[in-house]
Amino acid sequence: MATRRVRFTFEPDMIREPVIYQLGHKFQVVTDIRMADVDEGIGWVVLELDGEPEEIERSLAWARELGVRIDSTLGDVVEG
Amino acid sequence: MSFERALRCRECGREYELKPIFSCEFCFGPLEVAYDYDGIREAISTDSIERGPASLWRYAPLLPVDPQYKVDIGTGFTPLIRADRLAKRLGLDTLWLKNDTTNPTWSFKDRVVSMAIARARQFGFTAMACASTGNLANSVSAHSAAAGMEAFVFIPNDLEIGKVIGSAIYAPTLVMVEGNYDDVNRLCTELAGSRPWAFVNINVRPFYAEGSRTLSFEVAEQLGWRTPAHCVAPMASGSLFTKIWKGFQELHKVGLLADEPRIRMSGAQAAGCSPISTAFAQGTLNFVPQKPNTIARSLAIGNPADGYYALKVMEETGGGAEMATDEEIVEGIKLLAETEGIFAETAGGVTIACLQKLVASGAIRRDEETVAFITGGGLKTIEAVEGKLIEPVRVPANAEAFDAALAARQARLVGVGGA
Repeated sequence: MATRRVRFTFEPDMIREPVIYQLGHKFQVVTDIRMADVDEGIGWVVLELDGEPEEIERSLAWARELGVRIDSTLGDVVEG
Repeated sequence: MSFERALRCRECGREYELKPIFSCEFCFGPLEVAYDYDGIREAISTDSIERGPASLWRYAPLLPVDPQYKVDIGTGFTPLIRADRLAKRLGLDTLWLKNDTTNPTWSFKDRVVSMAIARARQFGFTAMACASTGNLANSVSAHSAAAGMEAFVFIPNDLEIGKVIGSAIYAPTLVMVEGNYDDVNRLCTELAGSRPWAFVNINVRPFYAEGSRTLSFEVAEQLGWRTPAHCVAPMASGSLFTKIWKGFQELHKVGLLADEPRIRMSGAQAAGCSPISTAFAQGTLNFVPQKPNTIARSLAIGNPADGYYALKVMEETGGGAEMATDEEIVEGIKLLAETEGIFAETAGGVTIACLQKLVASGAIRRDEETVAFITGGGLKTIEAVEGKLIEPVRVPANAEAFDAALAARQARLVGVGGA
């Protein structure tokens, strides 16, 4: 089992889609939302994913395919 | 003696003991050092500071580390220069430049790395690490060499030669990573979780970031223990920007500033990587990460860890944000050099170009005493201005040829000026 912390960013046309619910049903991955902010223009969710590493990767690839932007919760680690 | 008390989550306020950790276990919010301000107030005074060394260690009681672990290569207490010629060109009554190009590795990163390496030694680490587009790599390499510590420095494989050599000279384990910006990010995030290193902007980030506060400590002291009306600083992760504001507030908390700071804080980004400035322009605190595409590689952070907090500082202080195109960045570098004799790297060009826009738009009023932060030296990014400067006059070695060439040059410059 592995754990990944990620930040999902949703463009306006994605905000009404139940992406996290679907991700939890399509894949053997447990989703745990820790922080979120959603308004009319944009939404983001910080969540923890628990599951087998390959399954987590598959679930993230699926979400990316839907149009969700996925980033590290650390922010970028490459600095100036 | 150190007055750090705990690590505190910036989101939920939970506190943790002082360890090499960086995010809250409950909400994943970033951790920040909390201090015993009453203790600092007792231990520090303007007199004690003024008797201290001409480096950032003169503010030791305000720093998150026991000074016995410091690695001092002469960082900080950089010049604050009154910039009348540039002020006149921009339309400001009073402008100051905080010139951090004079640090040991020619950028403000020496401030944050000074904190990270001292705290890493205090924790017992024997190896430092970072992922960088240049300035941070140079500083981690230099400080590690001075401390006799191992250093693992990850850089993109297409970095400017000045920044590559500026790290290699200190003999770290320098790793040029093949692939794009996201690949470097992914590799370093993975390694940071599995290696016994002090990764300066990951597991010791709460301590590292505190080093930027020394910029505001110095500005306040150099102005005679008072604050300016407006500050303009470059934004990459947004950490420098937020810590400058935090530093001014802390000086008031510990009694070194009589009045509560009333400073408007404005941020500068490159148009090719402007998640924070774009969010400000859209009136939201929610930035959208971007893929960087700018010559200002020292500011090329597409997913800024402190972006939200930088936007909150702008909101809280009534400040603003601007962005500069690559052409405007080059013009900013040239304007700073030609008016004030300071050769800045691309981040300095961003700051000056954005300052110019903020004044032109009225976001900064003519009578607001302003400090602009110049965070890195220009010799690291000569590629940015190569071929964009006035060509030298080439002459055979005789006076007649020189006079003829000089007359031709002056005629050409008048022609350009009059066009």
